[in-house]
Amino acid sequence: MLTQVDRGPRAESLLQRQSQFNRCGASTAAARQHFSALILSDREENELSVPEIDTRKIDNSFLRDHNYATEADIISTVEFNSTGELLATGDKGGRVVVFQREQESKNQPHRRGEYNVYSTFQSHEPEFDYLKSLEIEEKINKIRWLPQQNAAYFLLSTNDKTVKLWKISERDKRPEGYNLTDEEGRIRDPTTITTLRVPVLRPMDLMVEATPRRIFSNAHTYHINSISVNSDYETYMSTDDLRINLWNLEITNQSFNIVDIKPANLEELTEVITAAEFHPNQCNTFVYSSSKGSIRLCDMRTSALCDNHSKLFEEPEDPSNRSFFSEIISSISDVKFSHSGRYLMTRDYLTVKVWDINMESKPLETYQVHDYLRSKLCSLYENDCIFDKFECVWNGTDSVLMTGSYNNFFRMFDRNTKRDVTLEASRENSKPRAILKPRKVCVGGKRRKDEISVDSLDFSKKILHTAWHPNENIIAVAATNNLYIFQDKVN
Amino acid sequence: KNNVNIKEIGPGMAGADSDDSLYPIAVLIDELRNEDVQLRLNSIKKLSTIALALGVERTRTELLPFLTDTIYDEDEVLLALAEQLGNFTMLVGGPEYVHCLLPPLESLATVEETVVRDKAVESLRKISHEHSPVDLEVHFEPLVKRLASGDWFTSRTSACGLFSVCYPRVSSTVKAEIRQHFRTLCSDDTPMVRRAAASKLGEFAKVLELEYVKSDIISLFTALASDEQDSVRLLAVEAGVSIATLLPQEDLEALVMPTLRQAAEDKSWRVRYMVADKFSDLQKAVGPEITKNDLVPAFQNLLKDCEAEVRAAAANKVKEFCENLPEDSRETIIMTHILPCVKELVSDTNQHVKSALASVIMGLSTILGKDNTIEHLLPLFLAQLKDECPEVRLNIISNLDCVNEVIGIRQLSQSLLPAIVELAEDAKWRVRLAIIEYMPLLAGQLGVEFFDEKLNSLCMAWLVDHVYAIREAATCNLMKLVEKFGAEWAQNTIVPKVLGMANDPNYLHRMTTLFCINALSEVCGQEITTKHMLPVVFKMSNDQVANVRFNVAKSLQKIGPVLDSNCLQTEVKPVLEKLASDQDMDVKYFAQEAISGSSTGLFMEKQCALFPLSKKCFRDTWLPKCFVQLFTKQTILLFILTPNLPAEPSCSVYHHLLNLSLGSHI
Repeated sequence: MLTQVDRGPRAESLLQRQSQFNRCGASTAAARQHFSALILSDREENELSVPEIDTRKIDNSFLRDHNYATEADIISTVEFNSTGELLATGDKGGRVVVFQREQESKNQPHRRGEYNVYSTFQSHEPEFDYLKSLEIEEKINKIRWLPQQNAAYFLLSTNDKTVKLWKISERDKRPEGYNLTDEEGRIRDPTTITTLRVPVLRPMDLMVEATPRRIFSNAHTYHINSISVNSDYETYMSTDDLRINLWNLEITNQSFNIVDIKPANLEELTEVITAAEFHPNQCNTFVYSSSKGSIRLCDMRTSALCDNHSKLFEEPEDPSNRSFFSEIISSISDVKFSHSGRYLMTRDYLTVKVWDINMESKPLETYQVHDYLRSKLCSLYENDCIFDKFECVWNGTDSVLMTGSYNNFFRMFDRNTKRDVTLEASRENSKPRAILKPRKVCVGGKRRKDEISVDSLDFSKKILHTAWHPNENIIAVAATNNLYIFQDKVN
Repeated sequence: KNNVNIKEIGPGMAGADSDDSLYPIAVLIDELRNEDVQLRLNSIKKLSTIALALGVERTRTELLPFLTDTIYDEDEVLLALAEQLGNFTMLVGGPEYVHCLLPPLESLATVEETVVRDKAVESLRKISHEHSPVDLEVHFEPLVKRLASGDWFTSRTSACGLFSVCYPRVSSTVKAEIRQHFRTLCSDDTPMVRRAAASKLGEFAKVLELEYVKSDIISLFTALASDEQDSVRLLAVEAGVSIATLLPQEDLEALVMPTLRQAAEDKSWRVRYMVADKFSDLQKAVGPEITKNDLVPAFQNLLKDCEAEVRAAAANKVKEFCENLPEDSRETIIMTHILPCVKELVSDTNQHVKSALASVIMGLSTILGKDNTIEHLLPLFLAQLKDECPEVRLNIISNLDCVNEVIGIRQLSQSLLPAIVELAEDAKWRVRLAIIEYMPLLAGQLGVEFFDEKLNSLCMAWLVDHVYAIREAATCNLMKLVEKFGAEWAQNTIVPKVLGMANDPNYLHRMTTLFCINALSEVCGQEITTKHMLPVVFKMSNDQVANVRFNVAKSLQKIGPVLDSNCLQTEVKPVLEKLASDQDMDVKYFAQEAISGSSTGLFMEKQCALFPLSKKCFRDTWLPKCFVQLFTKQTILLFILTPNLPAEPSCSVYHHLLNLSLGSHI
């Protein structure tokens, strides 16, 4: 029994949250009300490939008193599966919440695309490494879905040290009939057993179970920042600050180190690995990005150890822009292959860049995410925001890029029309099912109506993690402890 | 204490009605769904007992349908289930009904866990042979087709392993369908399935008619060998080897060799690694002519490969490759083509390559004969004995026997000794451990004189190593040396030194004496043990360190069987009894254990063995079939179990019996 004493505020909020989720899952009318969806936006302004955005908001904060929104509830990763039917989020409390897309139904067409809680489980627990006297946080750094192999779903989740493979499966049958006990569970007199009963499976209410299938541990000395599943369906890699390891998904007691940039003497350390990803369909190719702003592409065919890259993507530094912050802001926080495998997208502090895999010398396209912050780097350095790791995503057709910014703003760039838009994920400034209204930040001069000045941006509200449905215009945006799901307007 | 209070346990248990046998079975059936995985696993392993009790009819209509849906369980349970079902034919009513086993195995063949799927496929292959030709077409072949066209790749991968078992026994139309299905899987969208198909290609080719091997298999092989994923291409190499064995010599050049040549030069090192790894098989499959013309240059390239993993794999094959060369040109090929490459590998930059080579290079001496060995190989051996990497030196030392036969070990001993001494003092304890393990072998080859002179002191030094694993290995090593050189040698050279350590100020070293005595008492025999060792052990029973004292108790228990019974009673027993009243708890425990411990105690009265009432007892002890004695504080219950019980009733059965009896009688 869980006693009241054991239930700190964390446990309480977790319990509360789970019960609320269950209500959502049960699709009761009461729970539905919480899924307030908003529509905002000015149609003309917003003619990207997400021209009319109907917003559905799944807002975790409704689940409890606002005071309860603890550090543990901050969402730390968001990821759609390969069909887009499921969406997983991980948080700082080590929990994984999986949402499932509502099936299309005739009587409620507007419900299509709504994502409901499918399964919630505690993926990682806080640990203590006694040998190194280090606390290991339970925060989920990354989630990656595996290609579907049978009726169950599989995902990899990782904290700083340990990767886990989870199976999420449904169960709708239950065996019935015991020999030694009767229907009410009372023990039968053994003398009355004259025939044997074989249990029979009977239908029951659908139950979704999450079971840990494998635990890949003890292979990383530094903090894991990325995991990526290979297109051979057999291996994946995990990346920490200095090394990349290759695992077989079925083998937990050995992994192969394929990249090691640790210098013999740690004082000579000049760069760290910030992110890594496999090519979407060439099983031998992967890229990793560094804190110095370079991206290296490696070919596992040439050698077992990939310390020597086969391509190096790097933009020569512009000497006129050089400053104390140059190196910090050129650090790449995320690198993503396009779905086609032809392009790479990288995010550094102020820009998003698209590289052609066949051109190493300079990026194909560069987009400014929030150039207005260039003058504020000093204060951003002081409040540590300059080290924020923003992620970036492609849309399903590789034509639009999305990445986050501050003040709950996120940015989209259309590669064909070269238009861009700033949108805001917030409950206060938008209503359910409304069209999202583009936002503008004014830089100096006079502030027009609807514009927000650089000085009033809230740097504590940052959008670091976003995800784009693999083939539809549905996006998931994590704004601290809230998850927003927006989609093209239906009908 | 011996006043046994026997109680009957109720008509259901003690009576000899026919229903009695149902109870344990009922327990087994219920435990198929117990919350404890271990109990479920036990039940699944007794599935044949359940089926036997249910009879063939109910097994078919009730048990199998239940098992078909039991796919939510833990892997180990599913694995056991898949294995059981492969042996179930008689339990469902013989070959006539064997097809009833297909549904549960089919559902197991689609789970995500590879080991379970593989086991299900193995069982399916097994029972396929028990199908009549008609049943095979009516039941088995449709199952293969269903799996082959399944939605998820797990089922399609399982299908790959089933084609070869049904192909030989079906009609030609069905054969054509099977070939078509296999073709489809070879070009499946998912690499998983293509890999499964590639790994079964060779096996499938073996059951195909030669014309289809030439028309179908070759094109599939070529396609898989040039797959975009190197994980598929590398599996095609092995298939190529199997296919090559099937084809007549004259077709090899045109049909297989181009692809294999391409694989040996593949862009991906993993594919080249696979070629190197399968090189001996390949060599046997293609015959001497192709070996001479094609494989020798290919092998040279692999030995010079730019990737160390490939070189290491090739280096591992050097001896086998040379052995299997056609006899007429063997020596020339080795001397002119292989040896130059080998010489380069001796100074390779990668230690794995060097140690792979070191593990086989000695084998070349038997092939090349005395003169060549002395002239060409000996310098290489000597160079490797001085290698900076300990593993290389160890590998050379561990294979000394080959050279010993050809040129005698004396040629090497000058370089050998420094190498051994250096390894023996290596800073890494694993290296020291490895060399200790070769000591008995070396002692055998070098002879007792050389050993006494040069190596004996090393062996004694290890006994006081600061790493326990080394001290432990050193004691074991002493035992093996005594086995080799005899008890007399032991008494003169080893025993005095070992016993001398009993006075060492370090208690760890004093304990080493005891461990050595444990190991040596049996090989040295009763006389030495009683005369020389026992007094030392007795003396140590007064040691001030408790660890030493309880190890004395353990030692006495261990060497007890070597001693005669008189000595046991008059000398050993008093000492143990004294220890049993020691103030230290552990010493007391081990002394008690030595006196009357469960099965190994020296003074245990065998007739009244006690089974302490604990769960553990039921796990660890095999209880007599006819009765079980259960001792509790108050009561002793005697259960008469009916002889109908399965040969090895699961501990859970006893556990239940126990709960039941305690519930009704106490």
